[in-house]
Amino acid sequence: MGVGGFFTGKLDEAIGWARKYSIFQYPFVTACCGMEYMATACSHYDVDRFGAGLPRFSPRQADVLFVVGTISHKMAPVLKRIYDQMCEPKWVVAFGVCTCTGGFYDNYATVMGIDTIIPVDVYIPGCPPRPESVLDGLMKLQDKIAAGIQRY
Amino acid sequence: MDGQVILARLTGAFGGRILETHDYRGDHSATVDRSAVLDVLEFCRDDPALRFDVLMDLTAVDYLKYPGREFGPRFEVVYHLYSLPCNHRVRLQVRVEEDEAHVPSAVGLWPIANWFEREVWDMFGIRFDGHPDLRRLLMYEEFEGHPLRKDYPVNKRQPLIGPRI
Repeated sequence: MGVGGFFTGKLDEAIGWARKYSIFQYPFVTACCGMEYMATACSHYDVDRFGAGLPRFSPRQADVLFVVGTISHKMAPVLKRIYDQMCEPKWVVAFGVCTCTGGFYDNYATVMGIDTIIPVDVYIPGCPPRPESVLDGLMKLQDKIAAGIQRY
Repeated sequence: MDGQVILARLTGAFGGRILETHDYRGDHSATVDRSAVLDVLEFCRDDPALRFDVLMDLTAVDYLKYPGREFGPRFEVVYHLYSLPCNHRVRLQVRVEEDEAHVPSAVGLWPIANWFEREVWDMFGIRFDGHPDLRRLLMYEEFEGHPLRKDYPVNKRQPLIGPRI
């Protein structure tokens, strides 16, 4: 990308700055965390302030996969396929303690953390996480996007 | 109708095929012999005094290592019936041994029994004779065993993808 080091660095920064304020998210909502996700997205907390106000309901148009809610072993291949369908660059946010670690579910049905299936960039713990912690996670994701750090 | 009257009507109609009855504070149940369960269910549905038109729930219980029932039949299939016109309820139980875990299907009486019985087959491994489509309902086809049986290891996972832990 470009010739001299100075110019390349500046262009990467400009792209990173643009990307971090145009987050098109794919909400993969399976459980009760979806309520808190909606609360964060609505006007009271207003996720649009961070440029993430337009969820795309096609993975092919999305940059960030929000995995919101418990993932069962039956659902895991579906989640993997959704992730594979997303164009690069792509990021993944594990929303809520079930997606981070399996949470309090320790049984035959539940995936013990989605990072056993797909790479995860930001973990937002909580059952469910408060909107403030969601926004904090989103800002941390923006820092990673601006710095050009990706885990795919 | 009062629950004790319901139980009395059932025992009056079926006699020894009702193995035992139980009532405690408005909670009424009858244990039915397996060979009679379809007759009893149909009687409950069609009898003009009972009119149990709703099969509220059909589930099972695993009594493995349950205190006092270690040697008895391992499973119990439970039917919860409700009558909309009469606003009364009753519970019917059928005891099933592990090595012959099958019960006549109630799909012909209530269509909702189709999915209930698929769930019981999926979770407990009890077969329903005459069921039109006895496949797993909740778990995937590749799953081995029946997870709500008490001897299913509590931590045993069978992931479709990902690490086998």
